[in-house]
Amino acid sequence: MISRWEDIIIETLSRFLIPFMQTYSLYVLAHGHGSPGGGFQGGCIFAASFVLMVIAYDIFEAKKRFSEKINGVFCALGVFIYAGIGWLCLLLGGNFLDYGKLSKILPTDPIMARYYGMAGIETGVQITVMAIMVSIFLDLVTAGRHEEAMEEEDVGSDSK
Amino acid sequence: MIKKIVSILIAILATSALLVGVKDFPNWADPNQPASVHVSPRYIEKTVEETAVPNIVTAVLADYRGYDTMFETAVIFTAGVAVMMLLRRPYKK
Repeated sequence: MISRWEDIIIETLSRFLIPFMQTYSLYVLAHGHGSPGGGFQGGCIFAASFVLMVIAYDIFEAKKRFSEKINGVFCALGVFIYAGIGWLCLLLGGNFLDYGKLSKILPTDPIMARYYGMAGIETGVQITVMAIMVSIFLDLVTAGRHEEAMEEEDVGSDSK
Repeated sequence: MIKKIVSILIAILATSALLVGVKDFPNWADPNQPASVHVSPRYIEKTVEETAVPNIVTAVLADYRGYDTMFETAVIFTAGVAVMMLLRRPYKK
């Protein structure tokens, strides 16, 4: 269990570092086309920012910003975005994941439609990887007893 | 003790079986190895004209092997669901 352990240096540093990490993860996602990067790496960096948040503050503070239920939805949402873009191409008369056909609904030519299609699926990958990493981390760190474990711990710390 | 000896023997046997297979690999950086003869040149030469993506890695990841990447994502999702099913306990009301 992660308990509240206040340290002003760690908290202040994390306060500066976490937004930087999240911005950097979006940078890694957006530059997956022109340079090394992409959804998997960006998602892991984004999840690392939540892990840092849980370590530096506590699990409640992290959950206030990103609740368990939203995280669970995001786990499936990323796969849904990926497969959804594939099916969208299918509905528009192409093959599965044939991004060029997206130009029929996007105001661009097929070449840029490919670009946006790939950006879309990378975003889906990033969302799933981020949510799953956070979910696995929270499951492991609380032994699967999210609310309950914390309540027990609060009772314990009150009685001290 | 006997368990340890047996497991060490199994490890040695498995390692040697794998090392026998290494002999058949193409030489390191051999330009005529199978992967360099027909797969890599196709990706390197035709990526821009076939997919119009400037980055070959992205083209291979998202275009030539889009299914692969999709099911990698699905595998990650499955792993997360498996961890949830194994570890997560129901909320106490």
